[in-house]
Amino acid sequence: MPAIIYILIPFLPLAGFVLLGLFGKKYFKSASGWIGTLLMLVSFILAVYVAYDYFSATSIFPRNVPVKYTWLVFSENISIDMGVLQDPISMMMIVVVTFISLMVHIYSLGYMKGEERYPTYYSFLSLFTFSMLGLVLASNLFQTYIFWELVGVSSFLLIGYYYDKPSAVAAAKKAFIVTRFADLGFLIGILVIANTSDTLDYNTLIATLTSTGSEQASSAAASTFLGASALTWGTALIFIGGAGKSAMFPLHIWLPDAMEGPTPVSALIHAATMVVAGVYLVARLFPIFSINTPAVLDIVGWVGAISAVFAAIIACTQTDIKRILAYSTMSQIGYMMFALGVAGYGGESGLGYTASMFHLFTHAMFKALLFLGAGVVIHYVHSNDMKDMGGLRKKMPVTHITFLIACLAIAGIPPFAGFFSKEEILLAAYNGNTIIYWIALITSGLTAFYMFRLYFSIFWNKPYQADHHSGHKSEGGWIMLFPLLVLALGAAGSGFIPFGKYINTDGIPLESHFHLQFSILPVALGLAGIFMAMWLYKKQNNRPEKLAASLNGFYKAAYHKFYIDEIYLFVTKKIIFNLIGRPAAWFDKNVVDGLVNLAGNTTTAVSESIKKLQSGRIQQYAIYFLFGAIGLAILFIYIWK
Amino acid sequence: MMQPGLYHILFISTALFFIGVYGFLTRKNLVTMLMSIELVLNSVNLNFIAFNKYLWPHKMDGLFFTLFIIAIAAAEAAVAIAIIINLYRSHNSINVENAEELKY
Amino acid sequence: MNGSDIIFYLLAAMTLVCGLLAVTTRHIFRAAVFLLFSLIGVAGIYFWLQYEFIAAVQIVVYAGGIAVLIIFSIFLTQQAGDKLPKQRIDRKIFGALAAFCGFALVMIQVYGHTFFETEEGEVTVSVFNIGKKMLSITDGGYALPFEIISMLLLAAMIGCIVIALRTKKENS
Repeated sequence: MPAIIYILIPFLPLAGFVLLGLFGKKYFKSASGWIGTLLMLVSFILAVYVAYDYFSATSIFPRNVPVKYTWLVFSENISIDMGVLQDPISMMMIVVVTFISLMVHIYSLGYMKGEERYPTYYSFLSLFTFSMLGLVLASNLFQTYIFWELVGVSSFLLIGYYYDKPSAVAAAKKAFIVTRFADLGFLIGILVIANTSDTLDYNTLIATLTSTGSEQASSAAASTFLGASALTWGTALIFIGGAGKSAMFPLHIWLPDAMEGPTPVSALIHAATMVVAGVYLVARLFPIFSINTPAVLDIVGWVGAISAVFAAIIACTQTDIKRILAYSTMSQIGYMMFALGVAGYGGESGLGYTASMFHLFTHAMFKALLFLGAGVVIHYVHSNDMKDMGGLRKKMPVTHITFLIACLAIAGIPPFAGFFSKEEILLAAYNGNTIIYWIALITSGLTAFYMFRLYFSIFWNKPYQADHHSGHKSEGGWIMLFPLLVLALGAAGSGFIPFGKYINTDGIPLESHFHLQFSILPVALGLAGIFMAMWLYKKQNNRPEKLAASLNGFYKAAYHKFYIDEIYLFVTKKIIFNLIGRPAAWFDKNVVDGLVNLAGNTTTAVSESIKKLQSGRIQQYAIYFLFGAIGLAILFIYIWK
Repeated sequence: MMQPGLYHILFISTALFFIGVYGFLTRKNLVTMLMSIELVLNSVNLNFIAFNKYLWPHKMDGLFFTLFIIAIAAAEAAVAIAIIINLYRSHNSINVENAEELKY
Repeated sequence: MNGSDIIFYLLAAMTLVCGLLAVTTRHIFRAAVFLLFSLIGVAGIYFWLQYEFIAAVQIVVYAGGIAVLIIFSIFLTQQAGDKLPKQRIDRKIFGALAAFCGFALVMIQVYGHTFFETEEGEVTVSVFNIGKKMLSITDGGYALPFEIISMLLLAAMIGCIVIALRTKKENS
């Protein structure tokens, strides 16, 4: 296959970004959405073609690098390349990214219609898609980092799209700073890895480090710092970067606030693609995590499990529907993370790896669907708050059905997609770590509960009051409903894809696992959650308040997101600002500025006093000149002979 | 009194030079300052000729320098007078004390 | 003391006295005339030194050209017969002091120095020799400086015209 096809996949969105960013505002204000969508469509078709070609060629999937351009060479082995890495997970990811991006592009044609900065929105969307594709296709650790930052920037731009809203600006800054902070860990991790393994290329990196006899592997394991090997530090730091992007506890604080962006953006970035970049990164380096640094993989597992249950509890108490979905996303990514954490390398123990990628795939489908459905609801109601909704099932039947499918999928009810991936994750956890398994089980019950709490609150509960401030009363036209239907199809059916065959740790196809007795407990828990939500929220009643009152302290803590934001604020404002920022500012203002001002003032004073010499009178100058010349002549003739 | 020679001419040229310098320093009128400069140039010419005559009579270098200096002096005088006339137009005066815009 | 010496001293006296008067008189037109006589005195010294060509050039260019140019500019810028304003006395003293210091320094150096004459024979500075030397490009000829000077004169002429051009009023 010609290399140009691989290159075109990310570069078509880039072309869209350049075209719409430079000329969109002036020349095709209204057509820019269609241009962006068309480019995305071509990119999606190419991605599917490439992936199909790759997966149908053989039954064993090698790691190919069909495109490679050496860009910056640091030393003989270490260089920054720009390339395309072809392996099962990157092929799966380009399909997911281009598919979700295409859906969001189409959806936005309706959702963003009439916006002031419509071309800008599409150019940012294209930039994001380009960065994300570059990230998943990267063949070099540093290339990943470059696109990683680009993704962060475009996410920043899209969250802050409504830049006249102070909360959106604050959210954009928060997201950028928190992920940037985590990316610092990623960068240091890259440097540590490059230093110990003497390469940045993924293929070489994995090959040298995982083969036990290699010189780099032994030296990386030998050199220690604070009791852990250099490689352990490297992978741990890289995981910090991944945790920041994937909103893992305790770096998750930016994700709920990021919902200030337009809803389709949340669907694309904060549900299906960017936030799974951390999972993808760990999966990308999975052989190293698993073989060289199992301790870090344990940390990955625990962080994922804690994030999953933590976010699920918070999601049960929130009332902003996008925030609920954000916490649900965090919880589901926690699932993916701990699935990687409990996985081993090779054979059956690699089930967690497969399950994680499987869940990434299905989650992208149903979570994007949930966000887009929420977008339709918000578009209709003009509010994010659950309290303003209720009884919408008659008003918007298509949204209602697709939303229900997505809720069933995320709750893990067979035969929807989420059931299969979640089953595999639970099985992997069961084999790997019993405590994590129980946490995951509880979380799955909670997930079903809060999703159906959301569902019933929006579509059932009290009858909908047609209030005055809502203008048009339709679901938003077929341009917005079409992506919902397509995604609903994906959410319902993507579970039947035999993932184990394609994506596994060692290239040997995994059997499809399905144990009936094993599935009973999670499904029963899920159903219990659903019925609980139904009992509480299907009809308007005072049971939720009673329940909240009975769980008083705990409910309040969860409602306030366990005060994590407050802790961050306390640490930054009270401790860092007061103890480090203020003295530094004082030093800067008084000592540094003082020195600079002193230099300036001295210069001014001296020049004030001697400027009279420049009288503008030529004869005065001539006299000075003459006396000077005579003086110099005397000096040279009589004194310095 | 002795036979006039190199030293006599050097005396004349030096004296003429410093007369010119004195004039340049004390005159206020730009035209008279220009005259002083002409005196200075003449003293230099005189020097060149004198050295050529008494020390290197087999060459003509000093003579040519004098020729060129005369040519340059003519050009310089022409430019200076153009400037003076322009200044007179703008300031209605050619007093050097009035042309002091180029100060601090 | 023979006639030649007397002529030299007379020429020297004329040059210096006229030069001194040219820089001190307060009548500007008289100053120009004294300058003219001083320049003629210098030309006389050239004659006395038997450099007739230079003397002729001196008279033509200085006495005939520059002096007339100066007189013209005086007519253009000055009311004839007006006295020049008096210079401040301190400026005069400082100027005189500077000039005298310089003069004394140079004279001490000149009289303290012994000049050596060459033994080689004299060339005749006829117009023929000068012209040949000036336009030759070999044997240390002066063709190149000659060309440069001609360019300089051209540039100076154009410059004069540009500078002296009456600037157009903006709204006329």
